[in-house]
Amino acid sequence: MAKVPVQFTLNGAEKAEFVDSGTTLLHALRDKIGDTSPKGGCHQGTCGACSVIIDGELRLSCLTLAETCNGAAITTTSGLSQGGVLHPLQRAFLDAFATQCGFCTPGMIMAAKVLLDQTPNPSRAEVVEALSGNICRCTGYEPIIQAVLTAARSNSQRAA
Amino acid sequence: MAIRRGRGVAAINYPTGMNLGGDPTQALVHSTPTGNFMVTLSSVDLGQGMKQIMAQICAETIGVPTDRVVVDTADTDTGPHCMGTFASRGTHRAGNAVIQAAKEARQVMLEVAAEELEVNASDLETDGQGNILVKGAPRKSISIFDVALSAHFKRGRSISGRGMFLIPRSYPEKETGAMKPSTCYAHACTVAEVEVDDETGEVTVLTVKNIFEIGRALNPKMVEQQLVGGSWMGISHALYETTEPYYPNRDHGGTDFNQYLMPGPGDLAETEIIVLERPSADGPYGAKGPGEMCANPQIPAVANAVFDAVGVRVDTLPITPERILRALKAQTGAPN
Repeated sequence: MAKVPVQFTLNGAEKAEFVDSGTTLLHALRDKIGDTSPKGGCHQGTCGACSVIIDGELRLSCLTLAETCNGAAITTTSGLSQGGVLHPLQRAFLDAFATQCGFCTPGMIMAAKVLLDQTPNPSRAEVVEALSGNICRCTGYEPIIQAVLTAARSNSQRAA
Repeated sequence: MAIRRGRGVAAINYPTGMNLGGDPTQALVHSTPTGNFMVTLSSVDLGQGMKQIMAQICAETIGVPTDRVVVDTADTDTGPHCMGTFASRGTHRAGNAVIQAAKEARQVMLEVAAEELEVNASDLETDGQGNILVKGAPRKSISIFDVALSAHFKRGRSISGRGMFLIPRSYPEKETGAMKPSTCYAHACTVAEVEVDDETGEVTVLTVKNIFEIGRALNPKMVEQQLVGGSWMGISHALYETTEPYYPNRDHGGTDFNQYLMPGPGDLAETEIIVLERPSADGPYGAKGPGEMCANPQIPAVANAVFDAVGVRVDTLPITPERILRALKAQTGAPN
């Protein structure tokens, strides 16, 4: 089968790959490009662990074909820290003990980032809604909700 | 037809570890040339925080800051033997093994320091900051960094230790089947408040108040984290999760996350966690195993709350709307 060329930016860096037609973005990111921050949980769009941000929108990379991402700007959790300084969401997750095994964490952070980008001061209900496509085995969710609310507060303090 | 409210209480004892062949776990500890310490284990950190706890235990025993300890886990090809991470045994079993190994390493470290300072090893103490001092004369001291260098390049000593946890194997008594499967016990009590819709059988958990007695909390924030997650998991087991809803019939089992139900972030009950610390005599620095225990008391508490609400005893998990409706129907004498 002929390979298909794809080009996009990943966390600000130009990437170009040849992939088999039908390759998922998750597979391209993890196994071709080597960004393992999106996790393969269910591979059918029910767990949220593979969530990435494509052109500002939260997307499931396990259900997105790589060849549909030509020219897109893709953000993953591995691109959030700047110069060794954690993103406020990452810091908040650490401080709130919002991660145990860590498998859901990158997807949770992606979902939270899209929420805070679009709704800087969300209500608890809005946080719950934003996280509702991501499942977690360990934390009981409450520490994750608290982390997102804390990150929102620290964002608004910085903006003030 | 109405929404009915109920409250249920349950208390549990929960064993730490088990006893198949003595429940062994072994540990090795050694220093690097610059006085950092390495803990080698086969035990697995699944996210419960074993690496952090073992680093704390090793550091406390040897007398160095926690960041001077590196923990290597989960390689059964190269590590000392461990029965595994289950039965709430990790902290207790591996922790005891690490204490024993670290004590042996500490003794060698003090012997080398004694040679360097020309005193008796029994006259030395550590300051917890990486230095060894002469008791009563703290200005006579040597850093653990220098002790490790001396051991490696001058004295030809290995600052290392071996540790193991092993209890006598307990065989069941022939007459009664009684045995002593574990060592110390953690305890918990939960009060759950629910609303049950007696028309649809749906249960909403309003509040969950838990008290956990877990020995000493070696890392209070990580203990809290595990208890919060465990309390949620207990509710999930009580009301949602099953792979075989009609067991022993295998039909209709969930095949993916659309069908295998768990409460999501929108289904959380108001949850309270209180920790009681009653250090265990045989635990590492008094710890017990809170791991599995913390997800148990919610289950009977919810079952009791459902009984309190609508007067039916559902004794098969999870307590689904279907099971509640069937039980309500049976109560009226109607055929199911």
